[in-house]
Amino acid sequence: MTNGAIIETRGLKKTYRQGDMDVQALRGVDVQVQSGEFLAIVGPSGSGKSTLFHILGGLTPATEGDVLINGQELRGLSEAGRTELRRTTVSFVFQKYNLLPTLTVRDNIEIARDIAKKTGPLDPTFLKALDMLGIGHRLDHKPRALSGGEQQRVAIARAIVNGPAILLADEPTGNLDTENSTNVLGVLRDLNHTIGQTILMITHNPEAAAFADRIIEMRDGRVVKH
Amino acid sequence: MIYKLVYENLKHRPLRTLLSTLVIGVGVTMILTLVGMSEGTLNEQRKRARGIGADIFVMGSNSSVIGTGTASMNEGLVKFLESQPHIKVATGTVVHSIGTLKSITGADLDKFNRLNGGLKFVSGGTFVKDDDILIDEFYSRQEKKKVGDKLTLLNRDWRVAGVYQPGNAARVLLPLRVVQDLTSTQGKLTMIYAKLDDPANTEAVIAQLKSQLQDYKIFSMEELISQYTTNALPELQVFTKVVIGLSVFFGALMVFLAMYTAVLERTREIGILKSLGATPGYILGILLRETFLMSILGAIVGIGLSYVTRWVMMVLIPATFTQEIVYDWWPIAGLITMAGALLGVIYPAWKAATQDTLESLSYD
Repeated sequence: MTNGAIIETRGLKKTYRQGDMDVQALRGVDVQVQSGEFLAIVGPSGSGKSTLFHILGGLTPATEGDVLINGQELRGLSEAGRTELRRTTVSFVFQKYNLLPTLTVRDNIEIARDIAKKTGPLDPTFLKALDMLGIGHRLDHKPRALSGGEQQRVAIARAIVNGPAILLADEPTGNLDTENSTNVLGVLRDLNHTIGQTILMITHNPEAAAFADRIIEMRDGRVVKH
Repeated sequence: MIYKLVYENLKHRPLRTLLSTLVIGVGVTMILTLVGMSEGTLNEQRKRARGIGADIFVMGSNSSVIGTGTASMNEGLVKFLESQPHIKVATGTVVHSIGTLKSITGADLDKFNRLNGGLKFVSGGTFVKDDDILIDEFYSRQEKKKVGDKLTLLNRDWRVAGVYQPGNAARVLLPLRVVQDLTSTQGKLTMIYAKLDDPANTEAVIAQLKSQLQDYKIFSMEELISQYTTNALPELQVFTKVVIGLSVFFGALMVFLAMYTAVLERTREIGILKSLGATPGYILGILLRETFLMSILGAIVGIGLSYVTRWVMMVLIPATFTQEIVYDWWPIAGLITMAGALLGVIYPAWKAATQDTLESLSYD
């Protein structure tokens, strides 16, 4: 692993089988993300950015190439190993928030701690982040009672509650209006600046990408611009 | 936390939870009702056998302690018994079946009353006319007949002359000769009861009688009562096993359907949990806990419903069946249906646990 890189991919390829056709989603991607960096990956639909996101999060294996996450090689990692990676090292923020509708905000956050077998008081760093997220007054509400922006901030809180090394965000503002988008992106940037959270954000929106420290552009399964 | 999720999941779909719980509960009720009926009916028979007040019981070798048998014994046997030492009084009855678990008993009421001090009438009194019939309170309630009412049995109309307290062997009593004539068993008896001068002599008298009457079954009343067990009701035992099997099957089927639907409905939620790092074991644990909780609720509902079935039987068919609440069977019935429910959740739980995270997250 390159010194300081928390994510590193080398010659990453992914081929899907669609009917009788092989679809090459990634055609050799080399990416490095430094610890504490806020990186945005932009590109049109079909550029391969979501596939890259899924591989980095251990949601699907690569067909070829190497992936190092926080020093751990993902190639050949079993399903159990990828589950462990999601529990301890990477966390997600999705476009659709993906909160559990039956649980309150508090419990949506707590369930992530329960899965990670974390007990006891919340980490002071997380409490600081919770202040930034501005959802303290909504902890006892269910997701359906929250606005889209609030739901996304809850999703961010849930993603960072266990102190993951990497936060992966997939179109986190895709379902939000401009005001809420700015708010959520501001929160991500603040988390990066204040608690040093490494963030890799996928977006097709250049304005959202502008919140990141660095932007990578992808097209047709390749990185075309660093 | 996982229990909170389980609780919220169950609360989120109240109708499904209610129906699943109810089906599991009905299984528990079916088992408890059948077992309670077996126990209750046998206990009632024990009570009625004791209520006769005899010390010794004689019946033909082909007769069964449960049921009526045939009137195969010669009436002269009564006189023979009465001539034996220590036997104070002996009397015979003819028991004739009039349907499932229903019979009429022909008895020499004067002598029958000497066994136990006499019937205790709730209303009316003993036979006065030839067409008079006596019934116990349970039969009166079940058939909605009171003193003076007409009762049709054995193709004849009878007048209810008296209603007596239950617990005296028979539900329906007619004079012995009348039943013998009607059933063409003149001079014959189904059962003979004997009362001794002192119950302490029972064993000695039985031993002596057995040496003289080898073709008959001779018991002390306590021996007779001890034979009133579920072993004496093989059909009921088979039926109970069938009901247990059905309870397990339907419980499993219902839980399978409920949980399979739940898993489909919650595909995305399962994906979310997996994206948070939940292991297959964690997902499995949620569904097993949900099923376990529904089984517990089902068992409670089932136990509650068994009180309802007991009440229904007491109101509608008190003379035919008596259902008891058999506490020992509460955990057994609960465990049996829980096993069925857990059987039903295996496949949905496995499906949920092995779902692909990415596919689950894309599910709408």
